[in-house]
Amino acid sequence: MEAAFLTFVFVLSIFLGFELISKVPSSLHTPLMSGSNAISGITLIGAVASVREGNTTVAIVLGVLAVALAAVNVVGGYAVTNRMLRMFKKKDKRGAE
Amino acid sequence: MNIDLLVNLAYVVSAALFIFGLKMLSSPATARKGNLISAAGMLLAVVVTLLNSGLDYKWIALGVAIGAAIGLTAAYRVEMTSMPEMVALFNGFGGIASLLLAWAEYHQTRNLTAFIAFVTFLSAFIGGVTFSGSMAAFGKLAEIIPGRAVVFNGQRIVNGLILLTAVCAGIAFSIDSASGYPIFLFIVAVALVFGVTSVIPIGGADMPVVISLLNSYSGIAVCAAGFVIHNNILIVAGALVGASGIILTRIMCRSMNRSLANVLFSGFGAKVQKAGDGPQGEVRPATAEDVYYILEAAGSVAFVPGYGLAVAQAQHVVRELGDLLEANGAEVMYAIHPVAGRMPGHMNVLLAEANVPYDQLVEMDDINSKMDAIDAAVVIGANDVVNPAALNDPGSPIYGMPIIEAHRARTVIVLKRSMSAGFAGIQNALFFGDNTRMYFGDAKASIQALVAEFKHADS
Repeated sequence: MEAAFLTFVFVLSIFLGFELISKVPSSLHTPLMSGSNAISGITLIGAVASVREGNTTVAIVLGVLAVALAAVNVVGGYAVTNRMLRMFKKKDKRGAE
Repeated sequence: MNIDLLVNLAYVVSAALFIFGLKMLSSPATARKGNLISAAGMLLAVVVTLLNSGLDYKWIALGVAIGAAIGLTAAYRVEMTSMPEMVALFNGFGGIASLLLAWAEYHQTRNLTAFIAFVTFLSAFIGGVTFSGSMAAFGKLAEIIPGRAVVFNGQRIVNGLILLTAVCAGIAFSIDSASGYPIFLFIVAVALVFGVTSVIPIGGADMPVVISLLNSYSGIAVCAAGFVIHNNILIVAGALVGASGIILTRIMCRSMNRSLANVLFSGFGAKVQKAGDGPQGEVRPATAEDVYYILEAAGSVAFVPGYGLAVAQAQHVVRELGDLLEANGAEVMYAIHPVAGRMPGHMNVLLAEANVPYDQLVEMDDINSKMDAIDAAVVIGANDVVNPAALNDPGSPIYGMPIIEAHRARTVIVLKRSMSAGFAGIQNALFFGDNTRMYFGDAKASIQALVAEFKHADS
């Protein structure tokens, strides 16, 4: 039953994703990709929850590696997307440089 | 209140914030705020996860600190021209994080139900393929390994066999996960091999498709990991990323008029056409002064940038030239082909970095409808995306691909290093057109020379 419920969530999310992403203009496709890199870093919370007290050494090493790599995606992904989007300017608002 | 309930309710809020964030990405005016909202959702999800009891915080802190330091350094150091490499790396990290998570969970609990064992297999396999495939794509983009398609006889059969092996191993693992540890390690190894063997037959200019596809894989791997740990937010977020990657892949394929299968398997661009093949004719070279007179007299100028613009780092000088032309009374546009560059939207980011306002960027269909009225089309480092053979030569490998029809402008100025063929390995009839002038040299230096001409004329 649990499996069916999770699959239900999965299928609905796919449809939602198609609806949302098809409205993103092609000029923003690079920020979309780096932003979705950041979102795929959501593995971080699974990785964090896997690092429990009393884990074996191997499990700790695997868990910490997963935490670190997912954190790279989350922090790096959001930061670089923000840096990029800051550069998108309309004509009348162009910086006085 | 029950901590578990609180955590799960917070995840619902996070999911809603991700969705709002993506929705605001539908316009450049709201996109930045959308990204911050999405980041707030992520922060909330991470913070409430830390409320779970029994976590080993010192190790978590270590992992987060290392990851955040690397992520921040990369995000602020990376050149905008290198964004494709960065996204490729991040796709890979997302993939391997899913693999490691599935592995860590399995290492703690060996006796899984068939369903959980199967999604553990999927998470590890897709994650592994995403990782090594992304590393291969990164290697090609950074030119650490040859960018051209690497093909050999029977390549598809070899890849098919590897995939079949993985599926069989996955089924065996699902049936008996309790004693399946060696099988699991075998699956990881096969995944890492398959990622590399499936990406090497794809050539450099098809990288927009590959990166989009790997982006999608990384999302699907996250979904599978969500099934492993029964976590809805991983499934929702992973599905959003997966859908995004699939849509981008489809757009990229359509913009080249090729099927995904053709991009993935055909080894396009592996053969280089001989110099004597293809259209021939007289080339009309131009000097900086000639080009200056053409542009000086033009009432409307459309720049058509390609990957060569990124290679030459010429985006800033192009904008400077664009500003001078505007001051001279010309209407200036930048025509962007969807597959120009090495990733979707690559040219837009480069020009935004150079302070080109986004309302001056014109998409392919819009510029083509008014191309006849354009006085000068300036092609900078683009080749196949302006090749008229795509329209009128049914024998051409790129026939049917939508192009920016620069050849219809009154005058075409092509900036190019030499007469070498484009990625598709074919000569470009545009270069021999009656209304075309070839302006040879490094794109950046060439445009600097034009800027100097304009400034010289002013003073």
